[in-house]
Amino acid sequence: MKKQTIQKLDKDFVNDVIDLGSKIFPKEDMNTLRACLQCGTCTGSCPSGRRTAWRIRQIFLKTLNGLREEALSSEDLWNCTTCYTCQERCPRKVKSTDIVRVLRNLAVKEGRMRPEHVKVCEIFFKHGHAVPVNDDVKAIRKRLGLSELPPTVHMYPDAMKEVLVIVDEKGFRALVDRKGS
Amino acid sequence: MSDYAFFLGCITPNRYPGIEIASKKVMAEFGINLLDMKGASCCPAPGVFGSFDLATWLALASRNLVIAEEMNVDIATTCNGCYATLQEANHLLKHDPKLRQRVNETLAKIGKQYKGTIAVKHIIELLSDEIKFENVEKKVKRPLKDVKVAVHYGCHFLKPSETRMHGSAERPTVLDDLVRSLGAESIDYRDKAMCCGAGGGVRSASLEVALDMAAEKLDGMIEAGADCLVTPCAFCHLQFDRGQVELNEKTGKKYQLPVVFITQLAGLALGMNAKELGFFDNSISTESLLKKIP
Repeated sequence: MKKQTIQKLDKDFVNDVIDLGSKIFPKEDMNTLRACLQCGTCTGSCPSGRRTAWRIRQIFLKTLNGLREEALSSEDLWNCTTCYTCQERCPRKVKSTDIVRVLRNLAVKEGRMRPEHVKVCEIFFKHGHAVPVNDDVKAIRKRLGLSELPPTVHMYPDAMKEVLVIVDEKGFRALVDRKGS
Repeated sequence: MSDYAFFLGCITPNRYPGIEIASKKVMAEFGINLLDMKGASCCPAPGVFGSFDLATWLALASRNLVIAEEMNVDIATTCNGCYATLQEANHLLKHDPKLRQRVNETLAKIGKQYKGTIAVKHIIELLSDEIKFENVEKKVKRPLKDVKVAVHYGCHFLKPSETRMHGSAERPTVLDDLVRSLGAESIDYRDKAMCCGAGGGVRSASLEVALDMAAEKLDGMIEAGADCLVTPCAFCHLQFDRGQVELNEKTGKKYQLPVVFITQLAGLALGMNAKELGFFDNSISTESLLKKIP
């Protein structure tokens, strides 16, 4: 059996989460994390938690207590479907689902990206779509009276160049290229 | 006549073009033009790219928003994911001038600027607010009598309710009302408001978890006697249609519940041809449903 050890506590972890999230979301929304009372309404509402070990209440406890490594290395962090049921029901109005996305952003920054997700990004870098068209669908489009290629980046190569300028400007390709853990 | 910029996203044009054509045809019936958004990309997906890097997610979303701003029309979407990303990005940018400035510094690299001049709408909103269900009902030529519909709202059309502002996310009625206006019955089933299981990158990284959730929803619908599942979201549509094939392969069960997009169902009731609405382009056959409609 694997020996259980208590990880090093990182007091800055919760601040890092709130600071990173506040670059996109209102700071007061991210600060709601500190209001979590561990009541468990979130986990009790979670459809993913019914069938996986994903426990959103627990991840917030770990975050508030500085268990950075445990929180960010958890594979279950990626079992949230972002359905927002927990956020809707939280009696303390914690922006829980948004905070999950921020925690995942931190995990990715630390090189923890699922290989399947790296693939999704690579498809996007190539096509500008996470789900690109294929020959079967082109034939269906034609039969339905639509253009064979949709009028998206698929039809306009210059538009695809714009997408990649933004991706590189944000350093996203470099982030994904680290391939995760 | 009114015009909307039709944000296609990925699943609608690249997997279920029937959703695209049905939406265009139904909107045209009510004098609404869905215009091409030339060069639009993936929205990008809110729980996927938003989970990887929110700053990149927002910048790419804003580029898509600007395409519609330059067309000077509001956006219409046929996927809850696209709706979530574009509506949320628009909301964040409209409410935070500093964020807008940062995003515009990025957009300047491609000669674009976000101004905050348009709104992002879901195709359901066009039907409910602009067209109105009583006018839909008046145009019904082939009432879907005796058809039992299990509506699946999906998550991101309604939630987070504070940003979406469509009322209750716990007991929504808009999609049920729309289905009723087409002459069909909207049935209750267990866990009606539950997620399809596909979002947040779960379908791509943990297919078995995603399918387990889809199966729970499908079982509830089938137990309640549904003739079909109706969704307003292209990604939920894919999850349930492809998902049934995957479940049948993995579990040996025989799921065969027809999956229909809301504008496909509306088109059928308005008297349009099922083939031209893409009813025969799903993975799971829709024949059992079509047989029920005279």
